Amino acid sequence: MNRILILFAHPLQQKSRINAQMIKSIEGLENVTINNLYNNYPDFFIDVNKEQDLLTQHDLIIWHHPFYWYSAPSILKEWFDLVLEHGFAFGKNGGELKGKTCMNVITTGARKETYTYNGFNRYPLNAFMIPFEQSAHLCQMNYLPPYAVHGSHLLDDNEVNSIARQYKADIIKLRDYDIPCSNFKKFEYSNDAISQLMP
Amino acid sequence: MTQDSIFLNSIIYLTAAVVSVPIAKKAGLGSVLGYLLAGIIIGPHALHLVGNEGAEIMHFAEFGVVIMLFLIGLELHPSMLWQMKRQIFGLGGLQIGITASIITVLSAFFWLNLTQAVTTGLILAISSTAIVLQTLSEKGLLKTQAGQHSFSVLLMQDISVIPILSIIALLAGEAASSGDLIVTENVVAHEGWQKFLIIIAIVAFIIIAGRFFAHYLFRFIAETKMREIFTATALLMIISITLAMNYVGLSPALGTFIAGVVLANSEYRHELENNLEPFKGLLLGLFFISVGANIDFILLKNNLLTIVFILSLLIITKLIVLYILGRAFKLNYSQNMLFTFSLAQSGEFAFVLISFATQNGIYDSFTSGVLLIVVALSMLITPLLFIINEKWIQPKLAKIDAKPPEDIIDNETNPVIIAGFGRFGMVLGRFLVANGIKATIIDNNPHNIDYLRKFGYKVYYGDITNANTLKSAGAEEAKILVITMNDRNQIDSLVNVAKRNHPHLKLIVRGIDIAHALELKNKGVDAVKQETFGSAVSLGIEALKNLDFNSYQAQRAANTFKHLGQQLMDKLQQRYSPDDPHFVMETKKFSEHLENILLMQQKHPIQDMDCAWDPESLIEEAKEHHLKQNKNEN
Repeated sequence: MNRILILFAHPLQQKSRINAQMIKSIEGLENVTINNLYNNYPDFFIDVNKEQDLLTQHDLIIWHHPFYWYSAPSILKEWFDLVLEHGFAFGKNGGELKGKTCMNVITTGARKETYTYNGFNRYPLNAFMIPFEQSAHLCQMNYLPPYAVHGSHLLDDNEVNSIARQYKADIIKLRDYDIPCSNFKKFEYSNDAISQLMP
Repeated sequence: MTQDSIFLNSIIYLTAAVVSVPIAKKAGLGSVLGYLLAGIIIGPHALHLVGNEGAEIMHFAEFGVVIMLFLIGLELHPSMLWQMKRQIFGLGGLQIGITASIITVLSAFFWLNLTQAVTTGLILAISSTAIVLQTLSEKGLLKTQAGQHSFSVLLMQDISVIPILSIIALLAGEAASSGDLIVTENVVAHEGWQKFLIIIAIVAFIIIAGRFFAHYLFRFIAETKMREIFTATALLMIISITLAMNYVGLSPALGTFIAGVVLANSEYRHELENNLEPFKGLLLGLFFISVGANIDFILLKNNLLTIVFILSLLIITKLIVLYILGRAFKLNYSQNMLFTFSLAQSGEFAFVLISFATQNGIYDSFTSGVLLIVVALSMLITPLLFIINEKWIQPKLAKIDAKPPEDIIDNETNPVIIAGFGRFGMVLGRFLVANGIKATIIDNNPHNIDYLRKFGYKVYYGDITNANTLKSAGAEEAKILVITMNDRNQIDSLVNVAKRNHPHLKLIVRGIDIAHALELKNKGVDAVKQETFGSAVSLGIEALKNLDFNSYQAQRAANTFKHLGQQLMDKLQQRYSPDDPHFVMETKKFSEHLENILLMQQKHPIQDMDCAWDPESLIEEAKEHHLKQNKNEN
């Protein structure tokens, strides 16, 4: 049993299709906390103590966001800068997050094929994840491969619904079963790891 | 005096003051000398515009000294007074004792009998509170070490007038009385101990009433918002104390001084100061003029050498005694010289005491006449002594004293003054206090003040648009003046007063509407915000959120709206020309008619303007691209 914290960062929810649906699908799940950063901190004034408390109360930390400029929307950076303080998340007296697991849930407009060395975006998605991965490492957390939804621009409503349903099912699995972290790392995406390792 | 003669006299005195004081000040002589010279000019020996009633006017004008002591009391907290006890009783006591003894010996040696000599010593030992304090405060020197020492000595002299009267009465060998305002011998025909009890009772009454009840009275009066009634109350209080003091035979100046000290912590302090200041100034001026007018130049001419000799002896004796005492009380050279040259004259009490002694048969008319001239001349040359000290002595001492004299800095010199402390100002004040910034707060609503004082804020009641209030609130030392008053005219006049008198002050102003904000901006205030704008937009955010806007969406809408508002302000600002009636009308119309604002917004709806993160165009492009690719593949 893992308690899951979803740190959701989307500045334009009113126009979002995929992300809004995905989040909606997991709303109200037991032991899943959704922390909507743009809604809770519209002025970017992040309550550091509250956020740190939330982190310590959960086992799996998920950064759920659209892929903006090969990274996360700006409030998530603000969240990293403020919440993962020295002395809390890392450093001699840090280590509060030690042993926790974390993961990015990402939606990209471009299709998966563009994220290759020969593709339009010139690197695989995992290559852009290095800052997150290393941050997790600094905080002694297990970093899972990204959970990605590609090609969002071209999805029709049915596809969006099935993605949202899949997301809910996967979150429930991650909540209810032990996560074989070291085996996850053999996969490029967590989507595949969950379907193969956690049937 | 008939009504006409009162008016005629008023014109003479006022003209004299209006003409001579500015000239004297321009010439660097100070106002006191200006008044004295004016008196001489209109007096019986020059233009003869006023005759013998000068002496009567002088007694009346001594009331100015009473008000002055009250105002000085207001500046002194009881704790400060307690700290000064050594200077008051030690320095003051020694000054009177030693000076009186030396003058007694000199007088007896040259020509007077023992009774006359002792009387003369005591009378001439006392300096002029009126001239010294007026001059020191005019020059801003009252708070220096020398100023404080001078004040202490003058206070002690004032206290000792009562025992000196008793001694003179004793020397004369008979009970006597005088109907004078400043000092009167005991008119209460009681035994000594009874009299003592009555004195204690009255002083206790002043202290208790001032400490516990004056507050309610002043608030009650202030709430009527009738300035003249506040002034009337203040005058009533001082005159009552004066009469009560006369009744028990104490110095009224001492009584009002005590009342002033008691009220020094009152929030109505600034208001009292402002209301009484003009009375004090005019009465003191009148007093100085009458001193000038009363100098008997015929007697002076006939006995010139004698009088000059006595005058020199008096001044030199005083200078030497003061200098030695100043050194003994550890004043540095420069401060000591200021102290010494300040107090080297004889004072207004001497006029009273000399006539008292003459009435009691101690002096013949010649001796008293000569002494009166000596006293008047010593007052006349005091401003000159100040000038000598400033121009000749201080520059030389600057090299001797290693460091400049340290001013005793008023403890209410905060970097920020907040004018207006209603609900708006209070939030702002709390914000500053929360950031460790100290503020002096002035409000003209007595209700607010009571409320805030309960919560430990140091708030003063007063009309800060008055230049004097602004100054006494510490405008010289402050960096920022925050104006949060809600009356447009008051805001404007305060901005003008502050700009004129304290150009260094940064002005942070709450404007009433757009037109007002523009006007203020063009007057050169450093920052201006419309009073209701911020909170209205904040409430608008809440409204949007309840209409299913996301928090962040609502926040951005507000930011955009504020940004547009600022842009509009800047645009209007660039076009601003107060001389162009067209523009003035336009902005006025703009701020008054909602219609214009709404029209402007219709052209630029915020919803459409904010394209941030909007993927629509991107999706469009992606779809086009996708179609093209499919075509190519096919």
